[in-house]
Amino acid sequence: MLFATAVFAPLVGSLLAGLPGRALGDRAAQAVAIGFMLLASACGVTAWVQHIWLGAPNGVVPIANWIAAGDFRLDWALQYDTLSTTMVAMVTCVATLIHIYSVGYMAHEHYTTSRFFSYLSLFSFAMLMLVTSNNLVQLFFGWEGVGLMSYLLIGYWYDRPAACRAAIKAMIVNRVGDLSFALGIAAVFLTFGSVDFSTIFSMISAHTNDLYHLAGHEFRTFEVIGVLLFIGAMGKSAQIGLHVWLPDAMEGPTPVSALIHAATMVTAGVFLMARMSPLMEYAPGALHFVTFIGATTCLFAATIGCVQNDIKRVIAYSTCSQLGYMFMAAGVGAFQVSIFHLITHAFFKALLFMCAGSVIHAMSDEQDMRKMGGIWKKIPITYATMWFGSLALGGIPPFAGYWSKDAILEATFVSGSSWGLYGFICGTAAAFLTAFYSWRLLIMTFHGKPRADAHTMEHVHESPVTMWGPLVVLSLGAISAGFLLHGLFIGEGQAAYWQGAIFNAPENHVIANLETTPVLIGLLPTICGVAGIALAYWFYMFSPGLPLRLAEQFRPIYLFLLNKWYFDELYDFLFVRPAVWLARELWQVGDVTIIDGVPNGLASLAEDGSKAAVRIQTGSIAVYAFTMLIGLVGLVTAFLVIR
Amino acid sequence: MPQGVLAIGLGHYLTVSAILLVLGVFGIFINRKNIIIILMSVELILLAVNLNLVAFSSALNDLTGQIFAMFILTVAAAEAAIGLAILVTYFRNRGSIEVEDVNLMKG
Repeated sequence: MLFATAVFAPLVGSLLAGLPGRALGDRAAQAVAIGFMLLASACGVTAWVQHIWLGAPNGVVPIANWIAAGDFRLDWALQYDTLSTTMVAMVTCVATLIHIYSVGYMAHEHYTTSRFFSYLSLFSFAMLMLVTSNNLVQLFFGWEGVGLMSYLLIGYWYDRPAACRAAIKAMIVNRVGDLSFALGIAAVFLTFGSVDFSTIFSMISAHTNDLYHLAGHEFRTFEVIGVLLFIGAMGKSAQIGLHVWLPDAMEGPTPVSALIHAATMVTAGVFLMARMSPLMEYAPGALHFVTFIGATTCLFAATIGCVQNDIKRVIAYSTCSQLGYMFMAAGVGAFQVSIFHLITHAFFKALLFMCAGSVIHAMSDEQDMRKMGGIWKKIPITYATMWFGSLALGGIPPFAGYWSKDAILEATFVSGSSWGLYGFICGTAAAFLTAFYSWRLLIMTFHGKPRADAHTMEHVHESPVTMWGPLVVLSLGAISAGFLLHGLFIGEGQAAYWQGAIFNAPENHVIANLETTPVLIGLLPTICGVAGIALAYWFYMFSPGLPLRLAEQFRPIYLFLLNKWYFDELYDFLFVRPAVWLARELWQVGDVTIIDGVPNGLASLAEDGSKAAVRIQTGSIAVYAFTMLIGLVGLVTAFLVIR
Repeated sequence: MPQGVLAIGLGHYLTVSAILLVLGVFGIFINRKNIIIILMSVELILLAVNLNLVAFSSALNDLTGQIFAMFILTVAAAEAAIGLAILVTYFRNRGSIEVEDVNLMKG
């Protein structure tokens, strides 16, 4: 009951805040949305505590029947286990903080913000449905729900063309992944005859050796399902190839970026991998693919993050990169570690985004870091909390990111496979770059000479308490989450904590081997992080001219990174232009020429014909009479001749 | 029948009737002036028909034709009355009964 309340309270809040529209007023809508979110987070955390410490057993909370078609039966039901309670506790807490933060951030809006709060709450509901579902179809419902809310929230400022474009881009790119996800669900149903997690997982061993035959090749069913599901996850979690929507999604309001594009929605793919771990563990090929994509994304996004100038885009690429880490961990079979990083990342990345929002708020909506600088004394709380967030992101002990990132790199190292080693190398390089761009961001934003104009600088002020309050709470999480949770999630007691919610194959000893990694390997990420920080200080604090000179000297590389590896241009060339061309042809040839042309032609034919026919009607009686006579003569002649 | 006097036979009647018919027809569509003339032409055509009927009736010794002619005369009288009535109304409405002006049917 408590658990169901946690899931459905945001829905109620959303409906109450959204449906009455402006009649309710701004304050009341905000209060309603936040009130129900507080209720949800209280229930969510309680449910988690009950499950972990008070011994509430795994179970299923039935809600209602959904589909009954022949043999196919589907219920709305909530899965109550460690994975879902952990996610519910995290999602409700972060979402609540972001709701509160939004009160301050959206205070300068011209229009009523009830729509915004309604969307935020509805998003939280969809996300909670996603993480609590006990079957794949309900998970897909939540999956599409968060996608829809993401679209609506990215395009919240619908009068900005860039925001509308970004929203549509997010929707379309996600469709690509979702198609694959839907195919994956269909394949699961074909194989197991059910989409319920419990049924699927209990029949894993019966289908391990199933094969698909295609064009003379044989594919293991599990590999196919694993890859299809992962491509779905790639779309939602912005992995390389389908990542292009995430940076553009920064057009949305900053609380949206913090909630959806950092802490919760983008991690849905990682969650899916963990949820499907009993199946994924028997699809080693798919897992190698996951590792490869994760590792590549991790390094790729980090390189781009180093040269971007928009404060939110740097953090967006950082998110992309951190999601790569999580997939890397999932790929080597350390699903617990990936969820651990998911949780710590949710804290510090939401924190970083909200700090960035606070900076943007202070700088009168300026997002370009080249026009910031020298403001750290004016907004000390934001500055301090951003330091905590960056320390956590950079993997500096004892902050949250250190524990999880370290564990991921160790897991890739001890996995022993060549893919794992590839992940380890990419991840270590990315750890260095992560620290570098984080401190580049910090220094460019807060230090140095003020580069904004005098008017903006006068206006710089610390954000209201509704904004810095959540920052402080989240920074506590960013400081302590890793230290407090690593014992539970990945330490000695991890089996007792997860209670079977995440499955590891009997021969998978990655988690157990985490502790046995060489000391140097364990220290390497930290060393890289410190080196990255030092480099950032050298570049941006002590010799500020150096980055420019480097950019000049290595101009092709710089441009390559600045233009995000030319992914947008490549897709524009490969997909967008052909699609536009095809659409134009269909429009001009198919629609205008053929479909419109035929009836229009017939109509003008009739018109011309009738215009000619009208001339016959002279209106003169004499002519009519003459015609009659001629006709008569003609008829009689014909009659006489033919007879 | 006295010598030298041409006996008037069926052919003569039919000839006169045909001439009347053609006159009537030409009266209708060569006339560009007055609708009354059209009415008169119609009467001429009817008379031509009547003449035909009477001539055949007498030639064939069948009275039906002459009875029919009486009917046609009646109808012609009625038709003339109606036609003139229409004409009067038309003149009141349009102020002219010139054939040129009767062109409301022009497309």
